[in-house]
Amino acid sequence: MSSDKNILVKLNEAGLFINDKWLVKGVSLQVEKGKIVTLIGPNGSGKSTTAKIALGIYKKIDGSVEKYTNKVGYVPQKISIDWTLPLRVNDFMILTENLNIEKIDEALSLTGVIHLKDKNLGDLSGGEFQRVLLARAISKKPELLVLDEPVQGVDFTGEIALYELIKKISDELNCGILLISHDLHTVMSATDHVVCLNGHVCCSGSPIDVAKNNEYKALFGEQASQILSRYEHTHDHIHTDEGEVKKN
Amino acid sequence: MFDDFFIRALVAGIGVALVTGPLGCFVIWRRLSYFGDTLAHSALLGVTLAFTMEFNIALSVFIISSLIALILIQLQKRTNLPGDALLGLLAHSSLAVGLVVIGFLTFIRFDIMGLLFGDILAVSVDDLLIIWIGGALILLTLKFIWKSLFASTVNYELAEAEGLNPDRAKAIFTILMAAIIAISIKMVGLLLITGMLIIPAAMARNLSTSPQSMVIYSIIGGLLSVIIGLFTSLEFNTSSGPSIITAALLLFILSLFKIKQSIKLKN
Repeated sequence: MSSDKNILVKLNEAGLFINDKWLVKGVSLQVEKGKIVTLIGPNGSGKSTTAKIALGIYKKIDGSVEKYTNKVGYVPQKISIDWTLPLRVNDFMILTENLNIEKIDEALSLTGVIHLKDKNLGDLSGGEFQRVLLARAISKKPELLVLDEPVQGVDFTGEIALYELIKKISDELNCGILLISHDLHTVMSATDHVVCLNGHVCCSGSPIDVAKNNEYKALFGEQASQILSRYEHTHDHIHTDEGEVKKN
Repeated sequence: MFDDFFIRALVAGIGVALVTGPLGCFVIWRRLSYFGDTLAHSALLGVTLAFTMEFNIALSVFIISSLIALILIQLQKRTNLPGDALLGLLAHSSLAVGLVVIGFLTFIRFDIMGLLFGDILAVSVDDLLIIWIGGALILLTLKFIWKSLFASTVNYELAEAEGLNPDRAKAIFTILMAAIIAISIKMVGLLLITGMLIIPAAMARNLSTSPQSMVIYSIIGGLLSVIIGLFTSLEFNTSSGPSIITAALLLFILSLFKIKQSIKLKN
């Protein structure tokens, strides 16, 4: 197949079994150059776990993951930084790769936090820190970007601007993006492929397919939180209390 | 030039301070103070081994400390005991076993005080070679793993995701810890080595705003402690290892004034 060259990361029936339960099971997906793949699903459905599997953070997984690039930028959902470290934004930008000043400034300007360059990382607000995290991930011009709720805590106007930026980065750098987002508006407008998770892949396809199949328009009338928690689609299976999946 | 015992002591101390400066920063950042202490306690066993087998002291301390680090990792995996309990267990039991073994070695006269608190004034030219060559190797290795060690200290998952191999860096760093203890045991002794690692780095934390500046201040702090400590020990005839650590403590206390000022400025 001609598209094989464009594959950056590919999960084959990947799953993770920890402490006697499956965090996620049987996930197959692939991220290609210039494409945005979005993971959606309720809390605890294994979105972050799937992202970490794709990144190779977990070693003992079920199934397999093939990663074809080492130029990776990652924005984790949660990041706990130990403040015993004296760390300025500038030091954080060169954490995993040495960059020249122009590249650092460019990335910080793109996410709108160039004025914080010499500030201590511990003194930033949640939204500011999130913008720095995104700047750091894009500054090294990665081939694969993994963004786990990259705009959490960012103000409303900033959120729209940052999603536009993510789309622009994907086009300009021709990099593949694995995105986890709660904002279905963005998911539907900017993504090439949507994967709906609930411990396993419930459904996947282009946003239009997913939207059509799942009475997407009707869902959009409801409040954002409800859109997410009641992301209704035709199940061919039921979920038991133990997290097992049974065919109807 | 190295004929004079005091010059030799100074050169040895400077060599050790150059290495403990950067390593000490990582000990603080990664919260490994008590881990360093445990390795240092186990060094006594290494020393006794060196005497019984007529082996090089630094080498046998290095081997025993690395071994203890390995045992610790295994115990952490296989037991449900908390990390600090395991560290305490290994630290004190290896110290005790070392002292018991010394009791059997009646044919050798041990300078226990020298082992516990160091005897920098007795370093030989051979010791100097071990300190400077070993120290240079430690620093070179640290420079090599710096990026991935530092990145994984800030955040393990970021480092792993972006291909920096944090597990390898951690393993190498553990070996470097055993190595610095091995080369500096003669100077400050096994009870005070961790002080040499932690106190100048702690002082540096009070003064610095970036990781690089913390490393530089930590080295400067260590060098000043060695110089001030050695001259006071010469002047007042106090034991040299403890004098060096006391000098480091005084520098730390001085650095507290800098924090007070910057907190005032913030308010």
